Amino acid sequence: MTVLVGYIPTPEGAAALDRAIAEARSRSAKLVVVNASRGDVFVDDRFVQSDGVEALRKRLDGEDVAYELFQPIGGHDSADEVLDAAEQHGAELIVIGLRRRTPVGKLIMGSTAQRILLQAECAVLAVKAAK
Amino acid sequence: METFDLLMQGFSTAATPMNLLYAFIGVLLGTAVGVLPGIGPAMAVALLLPVTYALEPTSAFIMFAGIYYGGMFGGSTTSILLNTPGESATVITAIEGHKMAKAGRAAQALATAAIGSFVAGTIGTALLVAFTPMVVDFAVSLGSPSYLAIMVLALLAVTAVLGASKLRGFASLGLGLAIGLVGADKITGQQRLVFGQPLLVDGLDIVVVAVAIFAVGEALWIAAHLRRKPLSTIPVGRPWMGKQDWKRSWKPWLRGTAYGYPFGALPAGGAEVPTFLSYVTEKKLSKHPEEFGHGAIEGVAGPEAANNASAAGTLTPMLALGLPTNATAAVMLAAFTQYGIQPGPLLFDSEPELVWALIASLFIGNTLLLLINLPLAPVWAKLLQIPRPYLYAGILFFATLGAYAVNLQAFDLVLLLVLGALGFAMRRFGLPVLPLILGVILGPRVEEELRQSLQLSAGDPAGLFSEPIAVGTYILVALVLLLPLAISAFKRFRPQPQGVPAGAESRDEVSAAEARQGATVASGPRETIAGEYQQQHDHKEKP
Repeated sequence: MTVLVGYIPTPEGAAALDRAIAEARSRSAKLVVVNASRGDVFVDDRFVQSDGVEALRKRLDGEDVAYELFQPIGGHDSADEVLDAAEQHGAELIVIGLRRRTPVGKLIMGSTAQRILLQAECAVLAVKAAK
Repeated sequence: METFDLLMQGFSTAATPMNLLYAFIGVLLGTAVGVLPGIGPAMAVALLLPVTYALEPTSAFIMFAGIYYGGMFGGSTTSILLNTPGESATVITAIEGHKMAKAGRAAQALATAAIGSFVAGTIGTALLVAFTPMVVDFAVSLGSPSYLAIMVLALLAVTAVLGASKLRGFASLGLGLAIGLVGADKITGQQRLVFGQPLLVDGLDIVVVAVAIFAVGEALWIAAHLRRKPLSTIPVGRPWMGKQDWKRSWKPWLRGTAYGYPFGALPAGGAEVPTFLSYVTEKKLSKHPEEFGHGAIEGVAGPEAANNASAAGTLTPMLALGLPTNATAAVMLAAFTQYGIQPGPLLFDSEPELVWALIASLFIGNTLLLLINLPLAPVWAKLLQIPRPYLYAGILFFATLGAYAVNLQAFDLVLLLVLGALGFAMRRFGLPVLPLILGVILGPRVEEELRQSLQLSAGDPAGLFSEPIAVGTYILVALVLLLPLAISAFKRFRPQPQGVPAGAESRDEVSAAEARQGATVASGPRETIAGEYQQQHDHKEKP
């Protein structure tokens, strides 16, 4: 029994993490946190740096759920990393954050959330940032 | 007064709309390559050289000058926001600059870097205007033996003084001199190192060599180390400075300029030494020594001024003597040759319009840089989010196009790949690139001066020492080579005086041991081989 969350350090990511912790607790499942980067840029603000990781771990230690944190840098899309991790851990639920995207932006850059929603084998819960 | 008139004429050439446009393109490109680690102004100029063949030489050099100064400006942005020096000259800036940024003072750090660079660049260029004609007057009186001596000094000083390992420096210099030898001997017509290949008789084109070593070598290196843990930038608004910051910055700016210009003008100049000296001085003189190590504004202002002033200083020997002391100046010198312009002391007489327009464009470029850097620094930092595969694909495209365009020969592409592999191997084994490029560019000229000196003295080697300047320079060469050896020998064999703390003693031992290790590094372990390169590329940390 595993709940998997695709985490990035943004309001959407934080909302997804909050919800994933709550879900994991109510299902008494293990929480798997995935924060991925392709690793081919100098700067990726969505990749949690070492001090951020420390804060994240502290926060998760405070919640009474078992968790694992992964930060894969494999040259793959974040969506692939999340989907792979879900399969590997036999996740029953994937939690992701959604943000507003323009159709043009989605056309050019693609949408990680859309790929996860369409390609995941398990249930996907998409949450929005708190206003 | 005559100089002033010439400078004003230069301004009138440089301020035509077309040339202003090229200056603007130059500073934009320069800032961009400065911001991106691993891509420097030398690579940018080398890549653009073939593209600019169709231009007036004046316009092309105005653009190159913009790239050169822009690189210095851009490097500081990356240093401050990312703790990753965009250029080797901005390594020191990262020490205090990144600490300031972390403490929420990124805006002030960027502002003092940009304004300090502007102040130092302007003063440095003014010094260039003042001193270069004097150096030219002096240089015209020099004969072949003196020239030979000065070039030998520049080659050896750059090889032996800069960089961590002398052995690797000399290995790189040897490679460069060998590449420079390829082709028919100019005096006897004898073919050297052509391996029976008729296409090599004309020698290797300097553009192909520079593009291969800088661009292809770097691209292969990046491709071999593609996956890296990404960093995050520190968010920053528009750079600005308070009254207190101005008060603490202006003296370091001036002191940094005073260090930067002379060191840049020396044959063994470069920007690394003066930035370091400036940092140490500011640390000593500061009224807030406790802030150093936690983000002191003086520690950003001084080194940033020093590196821009040294950029201006480097142009003095480049224009007055035809003597480049850093990679960008070397490639620019190669550009002169490509345009059929003979570099050297006669340049000011034969191409006054070009030279003075170039100098005037430095003033203009500096001002443009301040205007585009001060408000736009956060935008420039966005460049760092370009995925490396796209970036280097573009670079390789330009590299291939450029190498082919030089002679329209497919054989040049083979050379590009072979030399690119050499560039990759040099990065892998920590060989510095600068001695190779200087060897390729200065090697043939050193040979020419040597042959000329020997012809004048009818083959008598004593003719090499026939001028007092030459003798003096050779003494300097001997000092440059022997002094470090003498110091380390002295340290090793000196009886330890009483009362020296044990720590200091053992540190001396360590550095002596390092020196020994450096001398036998050829078969050394991987760590020592990679050591120097990791210093240059410490941003590429292991994932």
